[in-house]
Amino acid sequence: MKRTLSLFLLMTAVVAVHLLCRWTGSLFYLTPITMSAYYSLLIIGLCVVMGYAGQISLGHAGFFAIGGYLSAALTTRNLAGFQDALPVRLLDAAGLLVAGKNVYGAAQLVVTPWAACVAAVLAAALIALLIGIPVLKLKGHYLAMATLGFGIIVSKIAMAVPYFGEADGISEVPPFRLLPGLSVAGGSAHRVANYYIAWTLVLVGVLLLQNLIHSRVGRALRAIHGSERAADSIGVDTARYKLNIFVLSAVFAAIAGVFLTHYNGAIGPSEAGVMKSVRYVAIVAVGGMAHIWGALIMGTILNFLSLRGVFGTYDDAVFGAILVLIMLFSPDGILRMGIVDRLRRIVTRRRGGD
Amino acid sequence: MGRRDLAFGFFFCNGRKGGTSPPFSIFGYDTSFSSMTLELFIQYLFAGITYGSIYAIVAIGFNIIYNTTGIINFAQGEFVMLGGMISISLLSFMPLPLAIILAVAVTMAIGALIEIVFIRWLKEPSVLRLVIITIGISMLIREAALYLWGEGVRSLPYFTGNAITAMSVLGARISPQVLWVVCTCGLMVLALTFFFRVTPAGREMRACAANRKAAILCGINTRNMVTLSFMLSAGIGALAGCMMSPITYTQYDTGTGLAIKGFTVAILGGLGNSGGAVAAGLLLGIIEAFSVSVVPLAFQDVIAIAILLIILFVRPNGLFSPGEAAGSRTF
Repeated sequence: MKRTLSLFLLMTAVVAVHLLCRWTGSLFYLTPITMSAYYSLLIIGLCVVMGYAGQISLGHAGFFAIGGYLSAALTTRNLAGFQDALPVRLLDAAGLLVAGKNVYGAAQLVVTPWAACVAAVLAAALIALLIGIPVLKLKGHYLAMATLGFGIIVSKIAMAVPYFGEADGISEVPPFRLLPGLSVAGGSAHRVANYYIAWTLVLVGVLLLQNLIHSRVGRALRAIHGSERAADSIGVDTARYKLNIFVLSAVFAAIAGVFLTHYNGAIGPSEAGVMKSVRYVAIVAVGGMAHIWGALIMGTILNFLSLRGVFGTYDDAVFGAILVLIMLFSPDGILRMGIVDRLRRIVTRRRGGD
Repeated sequence: MGRRDLAFGFFFCNGRKGGTSPPFSIFGYDTSFSSMTLELFIQYLFAGITYGSIYAIVAIGFNIIYNTTGIINFAQGEFVMLGGMISISLLSFMPLPLAIILAVAVTMAIGALIEIVFIRWLKEPSVLRLVIITIGISMLIREAALYLWGEGVRSLPYFTGNAITAMSVLGARISPQVLWVVCTCGLMVLALTFFFRVTPAGREMRACAANRKAAILCGINTRNMVTLSFMLSAGIGALAGCMMSPITYTQYDTGTGLAIKGFTVAILGGLGNSGGAVAAGLLLGIIEAFSVSVVPLAFQDVIAIAILLIILFVRPNGLFSPGEAAGSRTF
């Protein structure tokens, strides 16, 4: 009941923000909020890995980048030169290619966004699976360093491979047409629709993760967090659960990457950077680790502020400071500093008095 | 990292005769080892030893803190950067040796300060918490460096001669700075060994590493030992940072790459094992140096990290020590 209520509250909040923006004539705020929503999608996935399964990942920007970059490259890189190659012909026969003209008027043949999206997300899932099997056997510092190393490898590849645009990244990514008349694209005409697309995705994500957490899987994950050996001894297949949740969070990250890339129309190597991964970890920490709503709220607020340039050139420093301060003084997150508990106590006391 | 590539280019330019084709090659031409001449081989070898000894020092920095506290200090690479940057800034006020000594002292003070402010008063913090705190600290130091020194690349002057001074070794041409780096790193290792074996403070630190409770019972102030370990690893990191600055240049973000390579070396040599770190450091440096003849320069860092991942997956307790496996450590 409480879960449905929270989801309902989220929906109300989303609509309320839209109406508020429209009423005050500041619809432009919806653009950064939409972008924050996609980052939040990644963050809630990471939240389950870190907070519930207790596994740190400093490589989630890597999965985001795999999704975004693959989708961007497939939908922009011209295959016209390889028209006679077998894989291209097969893709064409399957109806997964679109012909068109590029900005210079030359013939262009690219993969449709749907196919690119599916390919990108599958690739991220596969890589997460392959990386996850050995990585998740590690613990503590080793796990942190291994995931950090993975993140650095992804960003180096993005920076070094011409196919991914090197330091320039990939721009002119075409819109992603979900349904006729509904496409993921930038521009003020699509603003409101995209705002709702993003939040629908987040809502579905939250719903999925919440049900997961309150199920057998969630209990198993919390057991792993508490003590992996104890969980093992009572028959929880710890390796499998950790791997599954890691892959799931990578899929979340990749979907966020695909959608945000189509929304922005571009992706650059900074999205793959280590700083981004650390930022996501910081936000999960501020939200209170094992707290999806905390991660969602903090993810949206902090990313929104960052995108609006409130922190100016101190952007990374602010996230570093937040990370250190939260971990020093309130490792359970800012929303659990006792304020909520205190409020709840006041409320219950009143109720008791009535 | 582009700066380092540039530095590598410079480094090899010394050894090139007539400047026909660059000794490092991108896929496509001159990628086979068979075409490698003896002088080129030595050239690569020295480059590898230079970088390798720096990695070894960073790894020993990791080890010192790890041994006394069980913490991996993710800000280790930042100490190296700070050492380089501070000495460069001080150089305009004083002669080079004094600038280096002062830079090392300042970095040691920063190391101690970090421990006192961020770590000392935490009560039985979890590993996750410490990892995140040190990552946050490294982020803050990097950002502070960005504001203090800007994005630009800086470097100390060559200690002997200048950028094109070179000595001939078996046909290869080696910058004297290479000797400075290698000798300083070697001396540092010897000095540390002496410190840990002979001096009372070093012995107390070893006691603290072996068994913390027993050390407390013996009347050793373990908290001070932890602060000392942070100072020590900041100091050696800073000294290495000064030595390498003329060759590799210093930039506000050089720390991250060094930290991950230093960690690779620390793992490769067995975490906590400084002798292993030296061997592993040289090994990684040499592998990296020779890798430029096989894969594009841009992927050089990828190689080190791939080695790290493979080692973590296959032999998490290091190549040289049969200790307990990473998976079974209770952090």
